[in-house]
Amino acid sequence: MARTLLLIGTRKGAFLLESDDRRDWTLRGPFCEGWPVYQATLDAGSGTIYAAAASEWHGSAIWKSADLGDTWTLSSEGLAYDDGRKISKVSSVAAAHGRVLVGVEAPGIFESRDGGESWQLLSTLAGQPGSEAWDDPANQPPGHLGLSALMPDDDDPARFWAIVQGVGVFETTDDAATWTPRNRGLRADWPRPHDEVGFCVHRLVRAPTDGDRMFQQNHCGVHRSDDGGASWQEITDGLPSDFGFAAAVHPHDRDTFYVVPLDPGHGRTMPDGRAAVWRTRDAGSSWQLLGRGLPERDAHLGVLRDAMAIDDQDVPGLYLGTSTGQLFASADEGESWSEIASYLPPIWSVEVAVL
Amino acid sequence: MAEIHLPMTLTPLFPGLPRRIDLDAAKVDEAIDVLEERWPGVRDRLCEPGPALRSHIHVYVDRDRADLDTPLAAASRVDFVAAISGG
Repeated sequence: MARTLLLIGTRKGAFLLESDDRRDWTLRGPFCEGWPVYQATLDAGSGTIYAAAASEWHGSAIWKSADLGDTWTLSSEGLAYDDGRKISKVSSVAAAHGRVLVGVEAPGIFESRDGGESWQLLSTLAGQPGSEAWDDPANQPPGHLGLSALMPDDDDPARFWAIVQGVGVFETTDDAATWTPRNRGLRADWPRPHDEVGFCVHRLVRAPTDGDRMFQQNHCGVHRSDDGGASWQEITDGLPSDFGFAAAVHPHDRDTFYVVPLDPGHGRTMPDGRAAVWRTRDAGSSWQLLGRGLPERDAHLGVLRDAMAIDDQDVPGLYLGTSTGQLFASADEGESWSEIASYLPPIWSVEVAVL
Repeated sequence: MAEIHLPMTLTPLFPGLPRRIDLDAAKVDEAIDVLEERWPGVRDRLCEPGPALRSHIHVYVDRDRADLDTPLAAASRVDFVAAISGG
């Protein structure tokens, strides 16, 4: 059986879990000297791990390991704006087509074409609706991620999507020369100065079997797109809450999608203290609770936007990290779960690679 | 030579960087230049673009709070201190 590698970003460093059978797991870490790690990913092309991190003392950098975690280095060479804007953190990372992209706060995208040794500014999305206000400190509350996610296209290096936290999704098809907001049909429960933006997109995923099929967990509801993000329709009905952060789409079925509904108030934990993942198999027409093996009571768990992942094996495995440091895994598409790590630092991201 | 003391959070990031090092520099910023030459990337960990000291890195020269322009004497002691906040 294939070896499965989980890459865990936490408030106190990165961790790796490995398994040959997705049942027994070996934990290694913490890595990155205990820096807060917002996201860690494996570049399938080079086999290098990249971790987006920001130390409260020593600033932002991207850590990398070319030997699956045995040794690590960091670099922030070139990771700076030249117009006086400050970078508070590197909040997202994606590797594809021989380069690494990172998203930072204040919002912007840097790229590395030399394996993470140096970085160049690729885009600030200047001129996009909403950009005139997103550097205002009033719009950057504590914990603000700025450019919170990057999603490359598998085939076209010049095409990718970016999320600006609290603003929305943007797509480029010309390697960030121009951008198009992709938020039509989304819901926002607050006034918006622009028609095309002002939406709080928490997590965007795209079906590997159909590039036009996307899902997102939004601050306001769960939404589906059948046209590559050009338009969205809400599919929240049947879920216990319209709020949540994490989301995952089935690798082999465009209609199967997973979310983790949370109470929408200040606590943002699982409703009624019952841990559960919810699944649709019909693109959002109906939903099923998946909780076997998860704690059924007194479990006031939070799961953040990047903290659920799904692998691409024949029977996919799902992985779920909580903001209180528990890591749950399912080897049967979410039907049953087991706790594979119990005492990690607060988990911010979970990614999975099959080696 | 100035006697430089570095925070324990810094030295693991750069192989061979000691907690204490003696070097010749006329001011704090030049001391960082000397460190940067031997351990590329050190400046980024201590300073923001500008340059300015990172907000949670303080420097003391002979026990007085200093900044990048503070001059160093031949036997100055320079302490780079990471804020003790956090948990």
